[in-house]
Amino acid sequence: METLNQLAHGFSVAFTPVNLMWCLLGTTLGTAIGVLPGLGPALTIALLLPITYQVAPEASFILFAGIYYGAMYGGSTTSILLNTPGESATIVTALEGNRMARSGRGGAALATSAIGSFVAGTIGTLGVAFLAPIVVKFALAFGPAEYFSLMVLAFITVSAVLGSSSVRGLTSLFAGFVIGMIGVDLQTGQPRFTFGMGELLDGVDVIIVAVGLFAVGETLYMASRRYAGKDEIVPLKGSLYMTAAEWGRSWKAWLRGAAIGFPIGAMPAGGAEIPTFLSYAIEKKLSKHKEEFGTVGAIEGVAGPEAANNASAAGVLVPMLTLGLPTSATAAIMLSAFQSYGINPGPLLLTTQANLVWGLIASLFIANVILVILNLPLIGLWVRLLKIPAPQLYAGILVFATVGTYGISQSPIDLVILYLLGAAGFLMRRFDFPTAPVIIGMILGPLAETQFRRAMTISNGDWSVFYTHKLSLTLLVLAFIGLAGPHIWAFIEHRRRRGPEHVPGDA
Amino acid sequence: MSTSDQQAPPRRLAMPELLIGIGLLACAAAVAWQTLAIPVSPLYSKVGPTVFPYLTMTGMLVLSLLLIVAALRGGWQPEEEKETPTDWKAMGFVAAGLVANLLLIHPLGFTAASVIMFVLICYGFGSKHPLRDALLGLILALAAYFGFARALGVNIGAGFIENQLNSVIDAIIGMARG
Repeated sequence: METLNQLAHGFSVAFTPVNLMWCLLGTTLGTAIGVLPGLGPALTIALLLPITYQVAPEASFILFAGIYYGAMYGGSTTSILLNTPGESATIVTALEGNRMARSGRGGAALATSAIGSFVAGTIGTLGVAFLAPIVVKFALAFGPAEYFSLMVLAFITVSAVLGSSSVRGLTSLFAGFVIGMIGVDLQTGQPRFTFGMGELLDGVDVIIVAVGLFAVGETLYMASRRYAGKDEIVPLKGSLYMTAAEWGRSWKAWLRGAAIGFPIGAMPAGGAEIPTFLSYAIEKKLSKHKEEFGTVGAIEGVAGPEAANNASAAGVLVPMLTLGLPTSATAAIMLSAFQSYGINPGPLLLTTQANLVWGLIASLFIANVILVILNLPLIGLWVRLLKIPAPQLYAGILVFATVGTYGISQSPIDLVILYLLGAAGFLMRRFDFPTAPVIIGMILGPLAETQFRRAMTISNGDWSVFYTHKLSLTLLVLAFIGLAGPHIWAFIEHRRRRGPEHVPGDA
Repeated sequence: MSTSDQQAPPRRLAMPELLIGIGLLACAAAVAWQTLAIPVSPLYSKVGPTVFPYLTMTGMLVLSLLLIVAALRGGWQPEEEKETPTDWKAMGFVAAGLVANLLLIHPLGFTAASVIMFVLICYGFGSKHPLRDALLGLILALAAYFGFARALGVNIGAGFIENQLNSVIDAIIGMARG
């Protein structure tokens, strides 16, 4: 009941004309950047961070949340019509969706992904509303040691468990730690990693890092790969209305996708890749139309992963709002927006900032309604966006990147750092290092350090706090399993398959 | 190298990956150097500002060694990445656009520098209409400038073009207010 009252109050915040306008603006912008390849929600929200100096927190978070949800809807359009996933989470959608579009059923694919996103997004948002207060009750028992161990677990899952290589993921994460430590140490006032440069005393702004890695790095990568296969837009054919059979095949997939996506997103591990791939595998297994998978395109293979993607995007908000624990690049940048308002997300956020949190959750429901309207009847508009030629698109992205970076302090040093990070981003992209852990490391690293030092101060410098507290120990053990488990498993499998005739030095 | 060439081609040393590993090792060294430069007050010696940097340095050291080992064993690049030739000319023009922007943003202002960058990047990506791109770049740069500078209240480098337009806009606003 408590939750419903709070939610009703949230709607009264979100339904003011000004906040509705922010929601409409965010969802429209979010869909646009989701559709455009090369632009994502993390980059867009980073570029818009200066807005936090201008408007109330409710307004900017409603805007950011609209962008966050909108990008998920827009990304699926690109996956279906262009086969170039607009977002990493929509890779699976491209598998079946693009095949459906090629066999003339693009309309149905777009419809099932938009309606599925709406259904799962609404379920996921309900999940946030009801799960957040429960998590808060647990989180109140957390001391600094538990927080630190929880962050270690999140570090391991976002960098080592997800992605293709734990070594490369952790490398990205540690690079993020170093960037996050640049500047004045908040507890002692000592400058760190400034290389004697006064410009670095305030640290490196997250805007510069996000823009450098995501915009400059991506543009350099695309330039270097210009001749590698050009994708063509599949013209939109087929009615946007699904047949009764298509509805029948979609709705169960939506619900299953939401049931997979939300819990995985809400765990302090995050990531939309695992739930989407899992949902795809399950739909493929359960489908009565297995022959359509990988040939003409199966509608379940679009409906399930799309639902899982949106539900997990909603789930990511649970650890973000209740524990201050971002598990995606976008969530990390939203956390820095909280910091820019002087608000610390954590268990107290739901009571101290009730207007903000419940207004935000209510606006997510509204955003879902707006998005399904924007993405079905108005789909033609977004298809036109896909026709923007690559040269002008990437040049334009860099113009906005410059505005966003140079606007911070009008310092050419910022542009130098931006381009150096861009070069690093290019190398990371080229050599398969994930970029999201850099952002998460730089935002969450300093918070983890604060909790670590707090715990050590309380225990008077005794390291054992981290393993004598039961909860902290459990979290650390989970982190260790996450890091070492897959390797041990692979080693055992390897030994069993190879058997005794294993030749030394032949690994 | 010549002896192992024939029997194990996939295990050849991968140069780019090795350089990345060595680069990261250098970063770990830089972290160590900068950590040693942090003055530590004895008051904070137990959990001072250097504990986390040392942990980070250790982590980077281990990771860079693991990357170097992986590079010596043949690297980790996916085949398709390895086989695609890098388009150095396109990258060169993009980089030239960025450098031009960096050098010109102060003397010429944001808009003019952006137009030059826009044209260079478009050319790098294969556009064959520099004049049309310049016009597009001008419109986009002005939209970005006024969107950010005036709506978001962010101050970005104003040059001749921006100052002229700002005075025109202020004049119009002044007239509208009577």
